[in-house]
Amino acid sequence: MCISWCAGGGEETMTWTLVLVLSAIAYTCKVTGLVIIGGRELPEVVDRCLNLIPAALVSALIVNSTIGGDDGIVVDARAVGVAAAIIVATKRAPLVVVIVTGAAVTAVVRAVGLAP
Amino acid sequence: MSPIDATERSNDRSLAASCAVLGAAVGVFGIAFGVGSVAAGGSVAMTCVMSLLVFTGASQFSAVSVIASGGSTAAALAGASLLAARNGVYGLAMSRTLRGSLLKRIIAAQITIDESTAMSTAQEEPQAARVAFWWTGLSVYVFWNAGTLIGALAGNAIDPKKFVLDAAFPAGFEARVLPHLRHRSGRRAAAIGAVICAVTIPFMPAGVPILCASVGVLVGVKKP
Repeated sequence: MCISWCAGGGEETMTWTLVLVLSAIAYTCKVTGLVIIGGRELPEVVDRCLNLIPAALVSALIVNSTIGGDDGIVVDARAVGVAAAIIVATKRAPLVVVIVTGAAVTAVVRAVGLAP
Repeated sequence: MSPIDATERSNDRSLAASCAVLGAAVGVFGIAFGVGSVAAGGSVAMTCVMSLLVFTGASQFSAVSVIASGGSTAAALAGASLLAARNGVYGLAMSRTLRGSLLKRIIAAQITIDESTAMSTAQEEPQAARVAFWWTGLSVYVFWNAGTLIGALAGNAIDPKKFVLDAAFPAGFEARVLPHLRHRSGRRAAAIGAVICAVTIPFMPAGVPILCASVGVLVGVKKP
């Protein structure tokens, strides 16, 4: 496991291991909060850390899926599409509009041959 | 039936209806997940089982996104698990509202997610909070899984890059991060997470930059 971790290699595709282990982890998190810990309080700092995880990780996921490539950083049509989607999202547009804008702008940039 | 009962019932009905509409909207996102998961090499069965059992959108998108960018199973699991941890906090928040038998709470746990918690905690009356939780959770469950199946079947038939779904993915994430940017600590965590990820992409194995970004949490959590 360490070898595939360090090299980032190994099975670089979806596996049943991923699906089933993640299922178990996700349900454990849900059931721990609702049923096992129940009405007790968590230390405030733990609570705030857990609440900040989506902000840090989701913004990293945006960066990763926008400029990440097989060989380091790749700037292509995706970056233009994502920039357009960010503008629409900050105007509080519905989710569907944000996704369609991102995809449509990327398609136009690719179609006119400005970027791959 | 007394007039008060009748009013309550009609209020519950309109609340339930708006929760169901929210569920249907999430279904669209389920289609995007289905397409993305198949594009990352998952079979239709794997993709559908993931939505049925994992059932927490951000974690599922994160796992698939890490795999799609060439990351290992371990890297995909680590990022997705960090995101799943917040459902534990939602469970804590909901435990005062959701009483009842152990079996009922064990079922409720599976639908304790962003949407059901948000809709439920927005209600003032305990009865309305319960109605909102169950209707939102169950309708999101139905529509998310139906959407996943449709997306997975469609994804098998098309080339995601040709149909620019590789840009739809980050665009979908953006809409998810926005609610977390309302507070200063959230903005700080997001900015540091994004910068760490961009800086580490050229040096780290795929997927690991996402984990490095979690340092953003520790910086964000400091009192302003």
